Amino acid sequence: MQIPYNAVERPDTGLYNAKLGIWLFLASEVMLFGALFSSLVLLRVNATTWPHGWEILNVPLATVNTIVLISSSVTMVMSWASLLEKNFAKFRRYLGGTILFAFVFLVIKAFEYGAKFEHGLLPSTSNFFATYFTMTGLHGLHVIGGIIVNIYLWGPGSKMWTTDPARFINRIEVAGLYWHFVDLVWIFLFPILYLL
Amino acid sequence: MSDFHSIDSRTHVRKYLYVFYSLMVLTVVTVSVSYVHLPFIAALIVALIIASIKAALVAGYFMHLISERKMIYALLVLTVVFFVALMFLPMLHHSDPGMVG
Repeated sequence: MQIPYNAVERPDTGLYNAKLGIWLFLASEVMLFGALFSSLVLLRVNATTWPHGWEILNVPLATVNTIVLISSSVTMVMSWASLLEKNFAKFRRYLGGTILFAFVFLVIKAFEYGAKFEHGLLPSTSNFFATYFTMTGLHGLHVIGGIIVNIYLWGPGSKMWTTDPARFINRIEVAGLYWHFVDLVWIFLFPILYLL
Repeated sequence: MSDFHSIDSRTHVRKYLYVFYSLMVLTVVTVSVSYVHLPFIAALIVALIIASIKAALVAGYFMHLISERKMIYALLVLTVVFFVALMFLPMLHHSDPGMVG
């Protein structure tokens, strides 16, 4: 059975279905992370003492990770723009760059986590570390999810470029919207956890 | 975005690069400000303003929200309303007589 409106736009919404779908999903993601930010506000406002993130977290490493994630967002949008130029080789280079940056982000995060564990700093140590590990951990899971989808679209999933290019361009746009959202979450996590 | 094909793609690529440079500069600014160790409220306001500008750049240009369909805007308005409500939820405990502290 043919799935309707995966390449052309629906006349009533003005969108192809996957685009409306991903935005609905991202709306639910806003609420998921929103609940955690809200909990952080509640915990922090009522805490008698709360450490500054910069005192106990590695700001330089997190700054590098911020730059890495922003770079991955740029390569993601460039991969989509490359498909619009009908340049498949360029698309693969850019999407490959996004996947590589995502792995670099996770490796740096792993070093950060490892250093905390070595010093006996665990989620059970304090409310600060509980929120730090919960929020960065959930964000890290989103990065892993994005890597899996992007590897599929870079590898076996890219066959669609020859059979149904319009639909493939839309798939990359949808994957990009998700990836930029992961970047957006980090843009707020970084200052709130590390810089305050 | 169906209108993309009619526009010179190099213009778009240049735009994405400008956004990238802006995001880098803002990252450097927000980290530099954190080394000044401002009072908490001032530091919070500065950090949130810079993060909001960065988020607006990513959402506006990389996620194409500056030229999106009405349906997406309607969905986002609803999301923002619920998100703001969620953020203010912790303040309710101040008006809860059963709450101590």
